[in-house]
This record gives sequence, C-alpha cells and structure tokens, in this order.
Amino acid sequence: MNGLIYLSNVVTLELDQAKCNGCRMCMVVCPHNVFSVDNRKAAIIHKDLCMECGACEINCPEHAISVRSGVGCAAGIINGILRGTEPTCDCGSTGNCC
Amino acid sequence: MESSYITGSVATKAGAVPRISTTWSTRDVWSTIKVRWAIGRMKYKVNPGLYAIGNPDESARVFATCNFKLTFDLVRRALNGMNAWLLVLDTRGINVWCAAGKGTFSTSELVRQINSVSLGKVVNHHKIIVPQLGAVGVSAHEVKKQTGFSVIYGPVRADDIREFIQTGLKATPEMRNVEFPLWERMKLIPVELSYGGYYVLIVPALFFILAGLNPSGYSIILAFDDGIRACINLVTAYLTGLVIVPVLLPWIPFRRFSFKGLAIGWVATMILLFFHLLGQNFIEIASWFLMIGGLSSFLAMNFTGSSTFTSLSGVQKEMKTALPIQIGMAGLGIILWVASRFFTL
Repeated sequence: MNGLIYLSNVVTLELDQAKCNGCRMCMVVCPHNVFSVDNRKAAIIHKDLCMECGACEINCPEHAISVRSGVGCAAGIINGILRGTEPTCDCGSTGNCC
Repeated sequence: MESSYITGSVATKAGAVPRISTTWSTRDVWSTIKVRWAIGRMKYKVNPGLYAIGNPDESARVFATCNFKLTFDLVRRALNGMNAWLLVLDTRGINVWCAAGKGTFSTSELVRQINSVSLGKVVNHHKIIVPQLGAVGVSAHEVKKQTGFSVIYGPVRADDIREFIQTGLKATPEMRNVEFPLWERMKLIPVELSYGGYYVLIVPALFFILAGLNPSGYSIILAFDDGIRACINLVTAYLTGLVIVPVLLPWIPFRRFSFKGLAIGWVATMILLFFHLLGQNFIEIASWFLMIGGLSSFLAMNFTGSSTFTSLSGVQKEMKTALPIQIGMAGLGIILWVASRFFTL
C-alpha cells in the first residue's frame, strides 16, 4: 500500500470462522487483501487495511462476516450529522458528490 | 441524450439490441475532460439496458456496468475487438463503487435488469461478469437464487478485462486490489477544486471588505492592499488542502488526513511569512496560522471521501477530535484577524 494506510485498531470487521465453508468469496471481493483462506477456513490477515465497504459481508453465503459498513468520507459524515441520519454521500439534488 | 456511440443493432430472441462503438469520438474525449472538471457531472448518463459489442451470439459473455458515461466509455473501449453483451444498470449516473455503496448498483437492480432485458432468452448460459467493486452492493448468491445467473466478479479496472478473459476468468491479486497511485489522485484534483463552489468567491470578497477597517474608520486603499494579501493566503490554504495533500498523500507523515492538512498548511504559512504576506502585526500573523492551518486541515480531511482506503469508523474517530479543533482555529483566527485591524502587537 506504500504509505496509504489509515488508522489502526478502529475497524469493526468480524469473522466467525466456525460458520466459514471456505468458499473464498471474501477473498475475491475484498479490494484490500484483508482475507486469506487456508484449509477451507478464511482468516483476517490485514485488519487495518479494511475500509469497511461491506462487500465481504453481503457476499458471504454463510453469514460468517459482519462489519458496520458505510462511507468513509468526512463530508458524508457531516451530512449525516446535519440531517440527523446515518453518514450519507447523497449531497442533495444539486450537489456534486462522489 | 447523446447516443452517437450507437452504431446499429443485433437481433436476438428477445428483440433487437443496440450495438455500440468501442472507440471514442472526439466528443467522447471532450466530454470526459469536462466531466473531470465537474461540468455536468451529475447528468452524465447513458440509458440503462442491454447493449451489444461486436457481433455477439447466444454464447457470448455478458458484462455488467453502471450508467455513468465515464465508466461506460472505459468499459466499451476495454471490450474493443470482442463479441460480448453489456448490461448497463441504472445507477443514476454514479460510478460502480459509489453506486454500490449507495445501493443503486445492487442485487435488486441487477435482478431487475436481467429480467427486464430477458437476458435468459438472449444468451444460452447463466453467467454474468460483474465488476468486483460492484460486490459492495451485489450479493452473488442472492442473484443466483433469484435469477439463476451466476455472478463472476471481474477485475476492479476495465483495462484488466482482456487479461482476465485470456487467463480463463481468473483475476490476479493485482487485479483485485485497489491502489491509489499518483495519477489516480491527480485525476480527482479538478473535481476537488470545484468543492468550494460559491464560497471561493464570497469568502475572499468578505475579507476584501473587512480589510478596509482601521482605528480611524475605513480605508479603500487599505481594503485593497490587505484584501489582496488575504486572498493570496486563503487561496494558498485552499490549494494546500485540495491539491498538495492529495498529490503528496503517501509521503506526508501522519495517518490522519487532518494532520496531513495541518502540517502542509503550516509549511505553506511559513513560506507566506517569509514573503511578508502575513503582515507585520503579530496578531494578524497568529490569525493566519490559525485560519490557514484550520482550513487546510478541514479540506484535507474531506479528501477521505475521495480516497480508496479510509473506513467509516476511522473517519469518525478522526473527525471527533479534528472537527472541533478546525472550527475553533478558523473561528479564533477570524476574530484575531478582525482584531488586528484595530490593535497592533
């Protein structure tokens, strides 16, 4: 990642290895190489690289993964605070947003 | 709606499907440049639905993408020379990753499009290649359950599609990983610069007006002289937060974006001090350290939204301390700057 690592020990990613069937889907969808799968069991190998996108959670057929996913975006969080909602990057009908 | 990329149609059991060009016209290139500058960005869409690339038949591969035209153009160019189907989901003109995060590039939208174009009649297999970043919104096993189509996650980048196909639909770890190299960060700068909107005009104008204040009343000459300095300093803070921090991102120490912005903001403030742009009054000099530092820090923190590796939990943790400090610095800075119109230290 060459210096592109965010804060340590904040990520909410959890894996219940007992439920894992070794299908490797988490490895396939993760954009930051957080998982490895050995002997048909997934493991979290780079937890601090997780950006909480949630792809692994919804693509795990055994529901073995949980993560509080959402936009890791300061503007989105401010939006959420101002509107009293969850962080959202919907910047309104006119806004320029990602 | 612009549709110069449609070059004909292909007959299928589910009716005629428009065929699209895999090369870019001059207009495509020009509109790509414009959209990078945020011009018409929220309306840069193509019609959702099924498109043909080359001369696809029933056994041809199916790729899914979003209806942001910038993405659509990259995908059709990457498929040049192939015979394939392209299923465009309605993401309201948003790119795959963001749309997946917002829930428009989703299981339900993919299922809806598969059904609405009768994909099961167009092709004789049950496989669809979905960009990997779409996995944030698409659940492969749910799509299979609801439509019978197996989702195969393709590479992150459209440019890797050709190699992905040649290696038998196997993505290398490099194809699966999202990096954030210098060129990718630089492409975001124009859109970042548009972030301030009208504030970029209003705030300097206010500083121009207030700069005329002095103990003996109001001076137009002072408004002009100190107003120009204020504008240079504010633009510097804007550029450090929105351009220099993104460009130098991995090389600036500190993991928090707010610290990166503060550090670079203060380096820039030192340079301004050296060139006597902060004035001779210590109250004003202090006010600029606070305002430039606070603004640069805040703008840099907002780049978390464009970055490809920050988590919600991390950004929330960072903001909890950074935001009150940034607001405090800017507020105190403005008070000191106005005070410096009347008092000298």
